[in-house]
Amino acid sequence: MPIKSYLVHPQEGKKMHLANVLSEIEQCEVLPAENKEVLILVTETYSKQEEEVLKEKLDSINEVKLMALVSGFDTPKK
Amino acid sequence: MYTSVHTDRRDFIKKMAVLSAMTAAAGMFPGIVFAEEQERGIPADANLDWKKAPCRFCGVGCSVLIGTENGKAIAVKGDPKSPVNKGLCCVKGYHSILALYGKDRLTKPLVKKNGKYVETSMKEALDLVASKMQKTIKDHGKDAVSIYGSGQWTIPDGYVASKLFKGCIGTNNVEANARLCMATAVTGFLTSFGLDEPMGCYEDIDYADTFVLWGNNMAEMHPVLFSRLLDQRQKRGVKIIDFATRTTRTSMAADKSILFNPQSDLAVGNAICYEIINNGWMNKTFVEEHCNFSKGLTKMGYGLEDNYKFADKPETIDFEDYKTFLEDYTPEKASKISGVSVKDIKYLAAHFGDPNTKVMSFWCMGPNQHSRGTWMNNIIYNIHLLTGKISSPGNSPFSLTGQPSACGTVREVGTLTHKLPHGVVMNKEHRELAAKIWDVPVENIDPKPTYHTVEMFRALDRGDIRFMWIQVTNPMVTMPKLKRYRDGAKKEGRFIVVSDIYPTPTTDIADVILPSAMWIEREGMYGNSERRTQYFEQMVEPPGEAMSDTMQLLEVAKRMGFEKQFYYKDETHIEEIYTEYRKHHEGKKHNMAPLEVLKAQSGAMWPYVDGKSTQWRFNAKYDPACTNGKDFHFYGKKDGKAVIWQRPYEPAAEEPDAEYPYWLGTGRVVEHWHTGSMTRRIPVLHQAMPHAYVELNPGDAKRLQIRTGDMVKLTTRRGEITLPASVNERAVPAPMQVFVPFFDEKMLINEITLDSFCPISKEPDYKKCAVNIEKA
Repeated sequence: MPIKSYLVHPQEGKKMHLANVLSEIEQCEVLPAENKEVLILVTETYSKQEEEVLKEKLDSINEVKLMALVSGFDTPKK
Repeated sequence: MYTSVHTDRRDFIKKMAVLSAMTAAAGMFPGIVFAEEQERGIPADANLDWKKAPCRFCGVGCSVLIGTENGKAIAVKGDPKSPVNKGLCCVKGYHSILALYGKDRLTKPLVKKNGKYVETSMKEALDLVASKMQKTIKDHGKDAVSIYGSGQWTIPDGYVASKLFKGCIGTNNVEANARLCMATAVTGFLTSFGLDEPMGCYEDIDYADTFVLWGNNMAEMHPVLFSRLLDQRQKRGVKIIDFATRTTRTSMAADKSILFNPQSDLAVGNAICYEIINNGWMNKTFVEEHCNFSKGLTKMGYGLEDNYKFADKPETIDFEDYKTFLEDYTPEKASKISGVSVKDIKYLAAHFGDPNTKVMSFWCMGPNQHSRGTWMNNIIYNIHLLTGKISSPGNSPFSLTGQPSACGTVREVGTLTHKLPHGVVMNKEHRELAAKIWDVPVENIDPKPTYHTVEMFRALDRGDIRFMWIQVTNPMVTMPKLKRYRDGAKKEGRFIVVSDIYPTPTTDIADVILPSAMWIEREGMYGNSERRTQYFEQMVEPPGEAMSDTMQLLEVAKRMGFEKQFYYKDETHIEEIYTEYRKHHEGKKHNMAPLEVLKAQSGAMWPYVDGKSTQWRFNAKYDPACTNGKDFHFYGKKDGKAVIWQRPYEPAAEEPDAEYPYWLGTGRVVEHWHTGSMTRRIPVLHQAMPHAYVELNPGDAKRLQIRTGDMVKLTTRRGEITLPASVNERAVPAPMQVFVPFFDEKMLINEITLDSFCPISKEPDYKKCAVNIEKA
């Protein structure tokens, strides 16, 4: 069951707006940097299919300039 | 950062994912803050007790707030009230409390019996240490026992070590690992100004227009300070110039990156001085009023042989002599030595030469771990002195440190063979003052220094030293040409005591291992790079029988019969020691702040006079110790003047040749602190940088058909080591150079480094030796 973390670089001036957009997605947790234009995004999904759907959704967000995968963990469901 | 023992696997993995991203972000954006994360995960009803402490890691001296609950440190955040870090933390500081809770903490004393370590009580272990030391002194003399500490010693640790060994036992066999990193900065300051430590402070960053980084990868080694530079660039458009031997994250973030051939910074520095004088940029009034010119001996050798001795013979010269000397360092001539273009040399010089530009120089291990390091430090000061850009806000040559109390303990308490808390053992008045405060006969303090660090380990190998107590440092990872010193320490008839918090390659050579209390498990003080002394109280209990290094030394001292000198009460010993220590520094030149001041605020800078820290020494406007009636007073020298030194370029001890055609340089990475004994036990940092590597230039790698991950054999005249390659990853060495970080005890690069050192400071040159590389 994948848990992944990304560094998300927003379009200029869109950091907080992007943080709000991502926060509304159920599988996402967002952690904006206090003093830099970057956010940490942690995604938690329960299947590969769910993850793929989520990825497509994330890719379509206009406020995202670049999304870099940092870590990916797979863990058995509780 | 929050950590809890009550977490399930999935929560843990999620936390790891966040921490991995934070580590990556910290590498890309030095000084990045995730404030929300600092509070997140802390239960809403948590009743955390937040207390301040200086960070346990580097010499920047960031103040952190540590949250404790039920006797455990569970959260850490940057202290917004600190003038040092203003609430920022680097990736190591942010995870610092996890270093307290590694699974293999040493909690019981271990004594080697028949080749195996056997648990014992602290009382028995300390009895054994005291009796072995007494027997060694009886059989072999007082100079057969020694102590080797570090810039991680708290001020009280180092103070009682010095008092016991120099004052009571009567041997100057006291050294600390700062000899491997800061000794050159000390001799640089002493030769140029007569007093140690920077004249300026971090606040210079807020005023400077140009920052010149001399062989200093600040983005990785001092990320919080570097973020303050980046912040100033954003606010005021300041310029950052990186002058280095390899392209690093600092180079990438700088406005200008200039690469030079190893060792040739001496030539470029002199060429800058040449340009300043020949373009009429010299501040003539300042130089005439406040500077002298001197030259010293040259062709000093490199300390490669046992019992090497060197004493410089300074000789006064005049300005014209110095000007003539610089004719050998025109930009054109320096360019041939250094590989730096004439244009770039002139560019550098112009920043210093512009009277309207305030310049701050930063350096750390590049000019310090250098076989002509004292000279290189002198040359940087020459540039600032010639232009009068010194001791005033924004004009500041600033030598950085790498350990939390390299300044506070090693340099100020004086835990080096020649030093006393105030002054040096060679000076009768200084010995008398120390003896009076220590309550020992002045004859106890030997007027002759004994061994600097490299020679101390050579003496252990030879058998001149028979007993060594090593506290809070890891020389079996850090000593250059390591094999000789490891084999020496293991010889029959040697007795080694190691006080530490985790097993390391150094505990492997110990006869007795004493578990130490770490950082906030005890009370103490550290002194950072800007002369700031910071206090921390005990916040949590140490595990098992672990005991502070101060207390271990006190217990052994009492067992050896020095109860009178070590009279401190258990419950107030730190306060009593600090109060006694302050007496050594009384006066306007070095007065230390009272303990109640250190408790109330994020430290204070010495000289602390009339209730105020001194930010800019030697400047009459800010420094009450200036008494010559002029704007500046370099009172460390008898005539009140600083010295501009004539220091030539000379080659390194070992340079590439046909057999070993590459330069090898070693250093650090952002994730790990020095030998990694703490940070490799912090999962997220270990995972982010799990092992050492050899960094190659892409052109060299292509020619040798080496790709990232391929195993590469490095061979020097000392031996060989195999490491995975890194090509075009974090940093890029210049052609025909390789770089290896030293944090990994499983890939000990110091097995093959050279033990050459600066003849004046006796600090080894870890940045330069000759190596051959081939695909393994």
